[in-house]
Amino acid sequence: MNTPTVTPSGPQGPEATFEDTIARDQRVEPRDWMPDGYRTTLIRQIAQHAHSEIIGMQPEGEWITRAPSLRRKAILFAKVQDEAGHGLYLYSAAETLGADRTDMTARLIDGRQKYSSIFNYPTETFADVGVIGWFVDGAAICNQVPLCRTSYGPYGRAMVRVCKEESFHQRQGYELLLTMMGGTDEQREMVQDAVNRWWWPSLMMFGPPDADSPNSARSMAWKIKRHSNDELRQRFVDMTVPQAQKLGVTLPDPGLRWNEERGHHDFGAPDWDELKRVVSGDGPCNAERIARRRAAHEEGAWVREAASAHASKRATRVREGAAA
Amino acid sequence: MSGTDRTSAGGPVRIRDEWPLYEVFVRGKRGLNHVHVGSLRAPDDAMALVHARDLYTRRNEGVSVWAVRSDSIAASTLAEKDPFFAPSGDKVYRHPTFYDIPDDVPHI
Repeated sequence: MNTPTVTPSGPQGPEATFEDTIARDQRVEPRDWMPDGYRTTLIRQIAQHAHSEIIGMQPEGEWITRAPSLRRKAILFAKVQDEAGHGLYLYSAAETLGADRTDMTARLIDGRQKYSSIFNYPTETFADVGVIGWFVDGAAICNQVPLCRTSYGPYGRAMVRVCKEESFHQRQGYELLLTMMGGTDEQREMVQDAVNRWWWPSLMMFGPPDADSPNSARSMAWKIKRHSNDELRQRFVDMTVPQAQKLGVTLPDPGLRWNEERGHHDFGAPDWDELKRVVSGDGPCNAERIARRRAAHEEGAWVREAASAHASKRATRVREGAAA
Repeated sequence: MSGTDRTSAGGPVRIRDEWPLYEVFVRGKRGLNHVHVGSLRAPDDAMALVHARDLYTRRNEGVSVWAVRSDSIAASTLAEKDPFFAPSGDKVYRHPTFYDIPDDVPHI
């Protein structure tokens, strides 16, 4: 049997096979040859995505003990547990590229790898829980549905699982807000206030404008990304406007209006300097989020060690039993 | 499967080492095969099963779960033109469409 070639041997070698796989819209799988840039881009994107899910547990998790009813508490528990699950699917996908899970956690805690800027904003009232489900999970769905067809197989499969679950997240948020809008004036004001605070940061979730997103073109050529930042942002706005009307809230953008000619809504530009500040570590909650993640990791060390010690002891007993 | 296994097969798990990688297979309902759904890390088989339940079946996705140490799986190489699969490439007579049957012969 011939040994299959695993190293590049010129343009006709595995590089050509890789390009052909991408061109034919086939999926790249873990042990295929791939360019170093493809691998590192994917690891960076998947790790950042995984970290976002894990850090994303915090803003809403803070409200679990203060949820106004058992029903809301159970829902919030389930949602936050899902976010943990999404993080784990994604860490698994990154591992198939040779990334090390412990190392990724270390990089998150040291600030060497990033997570979505949106989770650096505080959740001031319970209405924020609803608006996060509606806006943040809605934006995540816009981003993630096309990623189900991303060129790297394990990432796409993780996204399929995530998307199935994300729909519950968005709907529970919207339903929560509908309930509050049917309540007192004070509750309606809470919802409007949360909408005002989360709208612009949610638009920033799609990343900088295409003109300022230097890596986008390469990611699109490799079919890691399927749509540009601006396309996805437009899709989110178009999707959200009628939902806001139905809910009875005003989106805080005086420039927001339907453009008959384009068949889309026109809308204002987010404060891109704010995005830069938050991404570079200077958002309202950056330090708090990382400190919490670090504490959880350190305080959980004894659990991981105990589980390893228990497994080791049992394995030793099995071996001694077999030898006796 | 990941192909990035770093644990030695069957050896005791050392503290501070990364836990071994497991591949998880779920039977969606009776009558279906177990299907690979993803992977996870766990210190031993028992914990792998519990984690697999929590991670991959939060919404009634399965009636049965397998968790298998990744380094216990024997796998062919992934290159599509691998000669490993060559023996099946030239045996068209294994497919029903190889045989010419007149259109008016019923039930065949």
